[in-house]
Amino acid sequence: MIQQVIFAIAVVGALGFAFNKYAKILRNIRLGGEYSTDGGDFERMKNVALIAFGQKKMFKRMVPAVMHLFIYAAFMITQIELLEIFIDGFLGTHRFFWDSLGWFYTFTISFIEILSVLAFIATVVFLARRNALKLPRFHMDEMTGWPKWDGNIILVLEFMLIIFIFHMNGADEVLYNIGKAHAEGMEYGEVGSYGFAISRFAGPLMFGWLADYGDFGVWILNLLERFGWWGHILTVLCFLMYLPFSKHLHIMLAFPNTYFAPLNSRGEMENMPDVMNEVKMMMGLTEMSADAPTEDELPEFGAKDVFGLSWKNILDAYTCTECGRCSSVCPANMTGKKLSPRKIMMDIRDRADEVGRNLDSGDYNRNNYDDGKSLFDYISREEIHACTTCNACVEACPVMISPMEPILKLRRYEILTESAGPGDWVPMFTSIENGGSPWQVTDARDKWATDALDENQ
Amino acid sequence: MSNKLQIPVMSELAAQGVEPEVLYWVGCAGSFDARAQKVAVAFAKIMNEAEISFAILGQEENCTGDPARRAGNEFVFQMMALQNIETLNMYKVKKIVTACPHCFNTLKNEYPALGGNYDVIHHTQFINDLIKEGKLVMKGGSAFAGKRITYHDSCYLGRVNGVYEAPREILQQLDNHLVELKRSKTNGLCCGAGGSQMFKEDEPGEKRINEARVEEALETGAEIIVANCPFCITMMTDGVKAKDKQDHVMVVDISEMIVSNKRL
Repeated sequence: MIQQVIFAIAVVGALGFAFNKYAKILRNIRLGGEYSTDGGDFERMKNVALIAFGQKKMFKRMVPAVMHLFIYAAFMITQIELLEIFIDGFLGTHRFFWDSLGWFYTFTISFIEILSVLAFIATVVFLARRNALKLPRFHMDEMTGWPKWDGNIILVLEFMLIIFIFHMNGADEVLYNIGKAHAEGMEYGEVGSYGFAISRFAGPLMFGWLADYGDFGVWILNLLERFGWWGHILTVLCFLMYLPFSKHLHIMLAFPNTYFAPLNSRGEMENMPDVMNEVKMMMGLTEMSADAPTEDELPEFGAKDVFGLSWKNILDAYTCTECGRCSSVCPANMTGKKLSPRKIMMDIRDRADEVGRNLDSGDYNRNNYDDGKSLFDYISREEIHACTTCNACVEACPVMISPMEPILKLRRYEILTESAGPGDWVPMFTSIENGGSPWQVTDARDKWATDALDENQ
Repeated sequence: MSNKLQIPVMSELAAQGVEPEVLYWVGCAGSFDARAQKVAVAFAKIMNEAEISFAILGQEENCTGDPARRAGNEFVFQMMALQNIETLNMYKVKKIVTACPHCFNTLKNEYPALGGNYDVIHHTQFINDLIKEGKLVMKGGSAFAGKRITYHDSCYLGRVNGVYEAPREILQQLDNHLVELKRSKTNGLCCGAGGSQMFKEDEPGEKRINEARVEEALETGAEIIVANCPFCITMMTDGVKAKDKQDHVMVVDISEMIVSNKRL
């Protein structure tokens, strides 16, 4: 009974805490502006199926893809066991489904165990890749301090989850072997084996010797089983509460992010109807309307803060798990420029978090937000100027994030609102505007043709 | 060349009441850059050879606005784009071919939102179609025959618009030995010109992007780097010079290989 009460308190407390945090993240995402998600339902579902569930884009790099698949599959399938843990926790039962599901129970738990072993291997490999192998993408400038910790903490938590599962099943197996187990529908004193694929061997191997110690051994085995059970569920709850502070949110957000990913051509930069209409009026293509807005303040174009981005850009930022595939293929980054597409996404998330915290403090409100800071306090001009818009980062992202789009929105702010930007671009703009070509030229545009005709008489 | 080269201008054809099948969008590089002008002529020769009814806009063509838009200057982009769309719609243009992937992308993907809807194709796709239709038959042997070549995917034709095969299919028709770059197709590495980098100094760094890309191209041992974009050609040519390999490695557009093959 006492266990049930503690369990209920832990679950309700953790869910309450987590709900509050997730609600804030949702609020932060909605700080962003409009983003059209019209149409293409089928295509969107297809993307979710192939790219989020199917991890299609991960498989561009085989080793991490397979390792990641192990952890992903183990995580997904463990949810079934988690369901039983919740039922057992609330009802005070033990292995609620054991009797009723029969062979299918053994099969399911065996499946979970095999995947857990694979996930264990993957976790070791990932820890090694991060810390021992020194893969360049895990050691860029933005991966120091908290992001480095974060990556390792997640892996250690995964490690613990797996260890606890085998503690639980292993100790329980030994108890069953000596007739001291008590699953639902099992007669106490029944001697047998759960027959789970791994723990039927690993259990006796790890804890079998305790059976020689009589009641004390049984007491220890029960303690180990409970330790595993509680350890597992408490780690799950910690995980849930930790996620909103972590890069690891991708386990949830990868799905909506893939669903909402743009369906239009990558090559199309979002049109700016306000600018288009103004230029149309200027060119006399549309009638000057009498009720044209006469604002005192100049309108703000592009983005200088999270408010100027779309909510999808911010969702992108919270979805990013800092894998760094984008930065490892970025031509600017690989030639030593300051730009790192991953850092852009991390900066947007950190800024959204900061704005969110300030809103929570009650000193600021959403509609008139000004804390004297902006995204430009996180992202330098040098970074946004280095982008070649080559789309390699967009192509590389396994969860359909576009680091390029916010870069271009920041450029728009810089050029259109601040009239700033690289000095070299000024003559280019002037030449285009006045001569219809980015180079200042005096020749006629078809001189190449007339020359060629002369030569080929 | 037996017949006289012809590069008709749209306004002149319109005056005669002639509507050409396809508009050849030359672009700023093709019009003004000395190196890209050669590509423009090469492609014009190919169209002459295949007896395509085409025209250029000539003086009426303007920058598509791509470099301005990607630098962030939407005003200048809109000015160019709306003006070009006015002109194109006035001539009732339906099909556009261009030898510049940046023009290609902007005309194809960005003009529709502004009221310009055309069937836009890149010259490598156009040439590949001509070969498939039998309108352009390759000859055996040419200055490039038997050479080891490599093909550089431009970002805006490749990764952005997914055209990887048409240029490679053309290269198969020519008598070459194609060695793929280690980064190619979806993984292709940018030449460094896109996003208006062409028009500014590099940001501080360890290396120039074009040099990094040329290093990869040199690793293939190719004597010829084949490109499909005037800006890539500039960047790769500069990179080859920076590596002091200009006497051993050439950078050419696919159309120039055709012209060489056909002795046009």
